[in-house]
Amino acid sequence: MIPLSWYMILAAILFSIGTYGFLVRRNIIIMFLSIELMLNAVNLNLIAMSHYLDSLRGHTFTLFIITVAAAEAAIGLGLVIVLFRNKKTVYVDQIKELKG
Amino acid sequence: MFNQILFLYCAVVIITTGLLAVRFKNPVYSVLAVLVLFFHMAGLYLLLNAEFLAAIQIIVYAGAILVLYLFVVFLVDLRQELTVERFIANHRFGTIASIGLGGCLLAVIPFFKLGAKGEYPVERIEQLTHTKAMGFELYSTYLLPFEVAGLILLIAVIGGLVLARKDRGEADNSGTDSCEVKK
Repeated sequence: MIPLSWYMILAAILFSIGTYGFLVRRNIIIMFLSIELMLNAVNLNLIAMSHYLDSLRGHTFTLFIITVAAAEAAIGLGLVIVLFRNKKTVYVDQIKELKG
Repeated sequence: MFNQILFLYCAVVIITTGLLAVRFKNPVYSVLAVLVLFFHMAGLYLLLNAEFLAAIQIIVYAGAILVLYLFVVFLVDLRQELTVERFIANHRFGTIASIGLGGCLLAVIPFFKLGAKGEYPVERIEQLTHTKAMGFELYSTYLLPFEVAGLILLIAVIGGLVLARKDRGEADNSGTDSCEVKK
């Protein structure tokens, strides 16, 4: 039997890796990919907890999170395409029109 | 015993590929590392008796979302990508912040207490099969969120189409002069 804390430790590490990728990378596509890592960490936590709580609530919630992640990927990558078409760059530190 | 070895294998692969994905210079390698990560995540879902979600993980995440990412990665000039800096200028702050966040998350785990047990023990899920049990929950208790999820997907389809479509009015000059579009 695997203790619940193992899953929670793994999820915490994966979430921090996602945060790290989101904060340090310049490429906006990799930043979106890091958000997927964070969502996966949350999904793992939800499924592990609902397994140990004899509940299906976390499973249902995970299904909704996957739905929203798919929608987020479609819209976000559409935005990246529009950004690339207009600015010819995918690097976030080159997009600074609002900086004044 | 076998379960623990499987868990440790999946955990090691997930952490390694996650770190590689955020460190690789080549974005295509990053996406492929995340693909491996998603497959091992599905393995963990199988360990947790969530067969339906494991299948969904592979079909939706590995099959649909990552293909979308791969298509968008081909926007980038890969030869130029390998030479330019991949981190932002003040990336030390991000490193410290994420390590601090990870430390905080790990520090609170020992104080976690499980709440009251629900009404779906493993035996009942196994008897019903996971897909059927989830279907019962989804179409009774969570019917309204389920409908809303469909609406969200519809909006995503419309939004993706509107965003990625080339405007007819701008199509003539967008190829030659990109400054016109900027305004």
